[in-house]
Amino acid sequence: MAIKTTLTRRIITAGLQGFYRNRTVSLSSIFILTITLSIITSFYLFRAIFDYTLDQVREKVDVRVYFTVDASEQDIIDVKAKLLGLSQVKSVTYTSREQALNDFKAKHGGDTLTLQALDELGTNPFGASLAITAKDTSQYESIANQLTSSSGLLGDSSGAVDKINYYQLKDSIDKLNSIIGWTDTVGFWLSMIFILMSCMIVYNTIRLAIFVYRDEIAVMKLVGASNMFIRGPFIVEAVLYALIATIITLAIFYPATVWVTKKTVFFFEGMNINHYFVTHFFQLTGLLLLSGVLLAVISSLLAVRKYLKV
Amino acid sequence: MLYFDRVSKEYDDGNKVLDNISLTVHKGELVSIVGHSGAGKTTLIKLLLAEEHPTEGTVSFHSDNIHKLKGNDMVKYRRKVGVVFQDFRLIPNKTAYENVAFAMEAAGKHDDDITEDVPHVLDLVDLKNKMHHFPHQLSGGEQQRVAIARAIINRPEIIIADEPTGNLDPLNTYDIVQILKKINDLGTTVILTTHNKGIVDSLGRRVITMEDGKVTRDHKSGKFAM
Repeated sequence: MAIKTTLTRRIITAGLQGFYRNRTVSLSSIFILTITLSIITSFYLFRAIFDYTLDQVREKVDVRVYFTVDASEQDIIDVKAKLLGLSQVKSVTYTSREQALNDFKAKHGGDTLTLQALDELGTNPFGASLAITAKDTSQYESIANQLTSSSGLLGDSSGAVDKINYYQLKDSIDKLNSIIGWTDTVGFWLSMIFILMSCMIVYNTIRLAIFVYRDEIAVMKLVGASNMFIRGPFIVEAVLYALIATIITLAIFYPATVWVTKKTVFFFEGMNINHYFVTHFFQLTGLLLLSGVLLAVISSLLAVRKYLKV
Repeated sequence: MLYFDRVSKEYDDGNKVLDNISLTVHKGELVSIVGHSGAGKTTLIKLLLAEEHPTEGTVSFHSDNIHKLKGNDMVKYRRKVGVVFQDFRLIPNKTAYENVAFAMEAAGKHDDDITEDVPHVLDLVDLKNKMHHFPHQLSGGEQQRVAIARAIINRPEIIIADEPTGNLDPLNTYDIVQILKKINDLGTTVILTTHNKGIVDSLGRRVITMEDGKVTRDHKSGKFAM
């Protein structure tokens, strides 16, 4: 136990010493690793913006069931309850006849001709409606089918339904679904390619840094050092690179997200990127530390392995 | 203690650098191996350090075939062999003290032993005043003395010195040879490869002459002759 403690202490000391004494090599490795971690952080934040924006678009899509003017409130409440019972349905918003009339008036506030025509009618021509939001845009079709099929959801209340606007929206919803699917796939592969490329750059930088030590590693072997005793300090250095690169990346991205938030808060439909960064700080730190440590340590181990075969 | 039994070494390109070498080195000997460049001296040393493997034959240390040693056994063997190179091969970002201490740390020696032994050995090679200098702050002769201190710090059974004076001026050459002789007088076996006639003649010990990968002379108390 005492021997292991001494060995660990010596490895850590040698790692810290090597890190400090080879400052130029350490700084270049940290620089490259910081770029890689910045790419990972950018994708992490882009992903959040992308998901948020898509959610906003999805929220705006709904299927409406319009009821006849004679439909009783009980019929509407029954349909609403049945809809809420469906697993695909996220929310159902009820708009009463009066509310529909008021909304119409508010919308056409400046159009006196239309408002006069409405007054001429003497009655409220608007039926009540239910706005259905699905959990996923791909589920609208199934909800619409259940509403329109004869043995479907509406049952006795089917007479109260005037129309369902899904089929008018179908093209737009299909297009939205295909865009979501396409951007998901392209985004995934694009991020994979960028991350893989930056991993290769980190590996090559560390490999070059360790190439400088190839003769030393051979000498260490010849004076009787075990593989672990030689590898250890390089692992310590790699962990330090990752730790410092993570701190630098977070330190760069905090003010960057504040600035981006100020510039884009309207553009991204009210999303506050800085708030997202702060609320996901520990998750992001963990992700960066884990990727940084894994990347640097694996690169070091692979690079050293080649020179240990003496 | 060291046995070469019908050892040959041929590289992939067909170049045969050692041809059926058989020789024995006994405990406490100081053996000089001489020969022109390309005679096979360095390959012989590389086989001893297990940096290279023989194509035929065996190299044994006591009863162990060096080239069959694996993992921890190889590490233990290398701790019994101190090695000094022509180009010193010190670790450039470690001070003289740290270079010597490294061999002890690698061998798992206790901290108290390290703080006691390292200055003592550096004093033996007359470098106590420069023990916190980095290799680039030392002259060639001083660097070679650090390398010798590193080689002897773990009290090895054999010191292998491959052209240790090749890069040194006559004064430093004399110093290094005297140190190696002193180490041998204290009981450590020393194997020395050299081109330097003056060194070999002044030692008056066993001389093995190599030519074209073969041992052509082996004299108990020889002179440099080629």
